[in-house]
Amino acid sequence: MTRSAEDQQRAETTRRNWALSAPALLVLALGASGPLLIVLVYSFLRPGSYSGVEWQFTTEAWQGIFLTRDIFDGTLGWADAHLTIFWRSVKLSLTTTLLTFAFGFPTAWFIATRPAKARAFWLFLITIPFWTNLLIRTFAINEVIRNEGLMNTVLMKLGVIAEPIRIIYTDTAVLIGMTYVYLPLMVLPLFAAIDRFDMKLLEAGYDLYASRWQVLRRVVLPIVKPGIVAGSILVFVPSLGAYVTPRVLGGGKNMMIGNFIELQFGQGRNWPLGSALSMLLLLIVMVALLIYVRAATKGAPHGGH
Amino acid sequence: MASRPFSVTDLPGFATIAIVAFVALYVPILTLVAYSFNGATSVAVWGGFSLQWYVAAWDNTVVQAAAMRSLGIAACASVLATTVATMAALGTTRTAPFRGQTAIYVAINQPLMVPEIVTAVALLIFFAAIKVATGYTGLAYLVLAHTAFCIPFAYLPIRARLEGMDLSLETAAADLYASRWRTFRHVTLPLLAPGIAAGAMLAFVISLDDVVITEFVKSAGQDTLPTYMLGQMRRAITPETNAISTALLALTVLLLTAFFILTRKRD
Repeated sequence: MTRSAEDQQRAETTRRNWALSAPALLVLALGASGPLLIVLVYSFLRPGSYSGVEWQFTTEAWQGIFLTRDIFDGTLGWADAHLTIFWRSVKLSLTTTLLTFAFGFPTAWFIATRPAKARAFWLFLITIPFWTNLLIRTFAINEVIRNEGLMNTVLMKLGVIAEPIRIIYTDTAVLIGMTYVYLPLMVLPLFAAIDRFDMKLLEAGYDLYASRWQVLRRVVLPIVKPGIVAGSILVFVPSLGAYVTPRVLGGGKNMMIGNFIELQFGQGRNWPLGSALSMLLLLIVMVALLIYVRAATKGAPHGGH
Repeated sequence: MASRPFSVTDLPGFATIAIVAFVALYVPILTLVAYSFNGATSVAVWGGFSLQWYVAAWDNTVVQAAAMRSLGIAACASVLATTVATMAALGTTRTAPFRGQTAIYVAINQPLMVPEIVTAVALLIFFAAIKVATGYTGLAYLVLAHTAFCIPFAYLPIRARLEGMDLSLETAAADLYASRWRTFRHVTLPLLAPGIAAGAMLAFVISLDDVVITEFVKSAGQDTLPTYMLGQMRRAITPETNAISTALLALTVLLLTAFFILTRKRD
């Protein structure tokens, strides 16, 4: 084949591949990616009087995330309420990530070290909650932690407590709820990483007189690091944007960024502020993903993928 | 320690934590299922086994409408998403790297990377503008939105199946003078079918589960089961909500079991 004929064929394959992908890309452009650009534009506009926007360029919405103008003397101050919500979201998401890791790592290790047949069973057990509707799982944990729920009923029947422990509609409830609903998201990537881990390395470690703790810290954790990073991202990203769990378990007051964004499009009627908040959330997520890609591509001494 | 032989893979306390985690995962779900069979009118006390809440949910016309809408949207979205995802998978696997391939991957996986709330408000703004411009307020918006976020879930199993497929069968078909289309129809498609079915099922489950995007995109009177349940939650949990949850849970478990059986046939 001559050089130009080869080029021509390659060009034809490329064209065919693009044509095959085009319908999916069109749907995504209309139903996912495209509208994001509109949000970016809206974040630089002025809020309309009822809702929507007025087409006038301004960076007010972006400033409004951090700063607020006093309605009496017009001076600028920190937007404490907004910063509180951001801080709460970051704090709860990080704690959720740590808690899911604390429970998820032993769980993933347990599944990966079962005999082949039993492993399929345990894996299936973790998959069911993974695919169960998030709303249903949130309702389910609500059944346990609400004032007249399972936990309080059992504790009171046992005489451990006289009054129900009130945790529903607090940050603690949101934290318990998020840890509960996102735990499978942590276990699955950790399992995938541990499953690839060569258990012979443990023997080698013990032969060299390492303690269990040393083997875990110096041999296991560095090798399964890509799985740890993947699990952390999978939990952290949806936690940060969580909407359903804080709404159901946190009540109206314990909002997170997701609920605050919704508020701007509902009662708040400030679409530009809501848009700016959405873009900021997206930006944080993108930075987190970038860190993930970096961490996952390097530091995998075992070949990784 | 002395009673059991030393096993290198055992780490102290790990099995205990794992069992605690499994119990913690299942106790709330099982509680919810149990309460859906509660005979009492209050959710706080146990009044014996009863199917009354299933009957109540079944007879509730609002629930009926929401259920039909949920199933209809999930059916449309999964068929559409699977179709376009299959085409995209054929276009992006088993080919020499081509210009723009990475861009296509990123676009397809984009719904997985953007927080759902951000996509939801983006669609709210976009569709609000179209609603004003065209006056159309039907279900097509929901179908389009659901199709979009279902695409990566349909794409992944199909792509995995394609990558594991033996190219030589198709080459053989081509050697026997089968046209491209006939090769696809009689060789590729039957081999790919389990992957397509698995992708369609995942897309169906994902669409059925969605609450955030639906909540923002829907027009008045377009509740799906999850958004109906979320709306009910505003007042108080009703045992009826538990019954609907349990029914949805059963459907999910059923579809997932089918998914596992389908993907296992691979080897």
